Amino acid sequence: MKVQHTDNPSLSATRGKAGALRSLIPTSLKFQGILWLSLMLLVIVLAASLAIGRYSVPIGETIRILFSRILPLNETWDSLQEAVVMTLRFPRTIAAIIIGSALSLSGATYQSIFKNPMVSPDLLGVSAGACVGAAVAILLDSNSAVIQISAFAGGLIAVAVTTTIPRLIRSESTTILVLSGIVIGSLMTSIMSIIKFVADTDTQLAEITYWMMGSFSQVSFESMAPVLPTIFIPVALILLMRYRLNVLSLGDNEAKTLGINIRTTRGIFILCSTLITASCVCLSGTIGWVGLVIPHTARMIIGADNKKALPIAMIFGGIFMLIIDILCRTITPAELKLGILTGIIGAPFFIFILFKQKRQIR
Amino acid sequence: MILQVNNLSFSYHSDRKIFHDVNFSLDHGEVLSILGTNGAGKSTLLNCIANLYHPDSGEILLSGEPMAKMNLRDVAQKIGYVPQIHMPAYAYTVREFVVMGRTPYIGSFATPKAADYKIADEALERMKITHLREKPYTEISGGERQQVLLARVIAQKPRLILLDEPTAHLDYGNQYRVVQMIRQLAEEGYALIMTTHNPEHAIILNGKVAILNCKGVLGVGHAAETLSAETLSKLYGLSIKTVYNGDAGRNVCVVCCQECENRMMGMHS
Repeated sequence: MKVQHTDNPSLSATRGKAGALRSLIPTSLKFQGILWLSLMLLVIVLAASLAIGRYSVPIGETIRILFSRILPLNETWDSLQEAVVMTLRFPRTIAAIIIGSALSLSGATYQSIFKNPMVSPDLLGVSAGACVGAAVAILLDSNSAVIQISAFAGGLIAVAVTTTIPRLIRSESTTILVLSGIVIGSLMTSIMSIIKFVADTDTQLAEITYWMMGSFSQVSFESMAPVLPTIFIPVALILLMRYRLNVLSLGDNEAKTLGINIRTTRGIFILCSTLITASCVCLSGTIGWVGLVIPHTARMIIGADNKKALPIAMIFGGIFMLIIDILCRTITPAELKLGILTGIIGAPFFIFILFKQKRQIR
Repeated sequence: MILQVNNLSFSYHSDRKIFHDVNFSLDHGEVLSILGTNGAGKSTLLNCIANLYHPDSGEILLSGEPMAKMNLRDVAQKIGYVPQIHMPAYAYTVREFVVMGRTPYIGSFATPKAADYKIADEALERMKITHLREKPYTEISGGERQQVLLARVIAQKPRLILLDEPTAHLDYGNQYRVVQMIRQLAEEGYALIMTTHNPEHAIILNGKVAILNCKGVLGVGHAAETLSAETLSKLYGLSIKTVYNGDAGRNVCVVCCQECENRMMGMHS
């Protein structure tokens, strides 16, 4: 505490000004730099994702095929190359970017409102609920659109039940809410076990596994279109309101004395994150780790301020998801499930981050 | 009058009233120190005034307007709350932390603008902690954190500042510096209310004093008259003497323990 150290005010004033100048320039420049660098990286990985695969297309051709949709270019590629790039790889590449960035945003939001950096978007049971929804539909031999709707509904119902429990016992405590989430999550896991037990091992079980481990192999623009509004609108709302997350992360009392209506604001954030996660799960199945690891990485690089951390986390999430997807379809002849690689890569990566951040985490 | 509290009563459960029929008022430049034993309900009273708890009955007027009818944002523009020093989950820099004081002036869909950062920088300058600006709030000392909290409340530009045990967890020197800072803020025209366990701080501030007893009755008066040896002895259940010290230019509180008195008797004999 240096209230009284006015023995040499001129000295401390100049030091203050110089320090202010020195620190002002790097912070805003650092954000701009990281933003553009990571966007460039995203574009590179995007191009790689279109070119790399079992049927590899030269990178130059890939870019030409992509731009032929908007520019009048001479066809120097064959129709097979075009089909692979535009029909097979383009939809899943776009899906990977959208889902990776949306899950990262949703995870970062949960981490701020629950004041806990160890929280993932599954905290209130949305993924487990969506899995149960999808599995029930699969058990009833429904078509893929019904499975998608059922997964979405399952996720929302699970979170609705989770958020109702604290209300029933008239508690506003975050701890009660988190405990309810854990209870509902494990209830859903148990239901999943029952469903897997009764499912047809030849057909249904494989499809249920697809949901539980996550994959982009069945994603198309047709399956993506209906959930895009329930991803984009909540994403836009969270990004617009992201400064409130800083204040919410200080705790309920402080946020309230700073003029924030806790219940409404937190409700909006939980609703938006839940919609995002449920939409992602019903497209690609559950994908663990992204929502936990990526916000951490973004905060480690750019700092805790959500004003900067959220956009960076979204770009990182897109890059991470694309790299995972590329690896999934290249390292083994049969395509790997996303959940396997996000776990295998995510867990050691997370330990590395914990190691780097050990001073900041209590 | 910035703050007028009329017949305020509060209970957590209907069986025991934490306090009842509390009346006092506070104007520009006045400080009110709330004293009371552990569990008497000092913080509860402060939280009621901070709009965190809702009183059972009675009303709180802010510049004549009933607080219960104001929205949270308007209240936050008038009342600043300084919580006890704590550790947030995320390592915001000091500057990012202080600019959060601007929240009541920032729209739901907006982020702080250059003008808000300027006000935050001025608050840091005011507290003479500009050098901490880019340091993570989680990595500075307790005394520095208390200064940052004060800078945040200055950036909030309220008329009334509430402080919940601002001297708790601070070393002897820093406790005194915080009390000095509170006195300076009062001289600048803020109205301030703080809870404290140290009657000396109330004596140094030399403003209004409120004593909350176990029966939930709040007695308000001026420090010089209220903080008598008798009142303090009764409040804390100890033998307390107030002695005028010429060097300090004020009364000091001394606890007389049985052992010390015996020793004194021994020295005299």
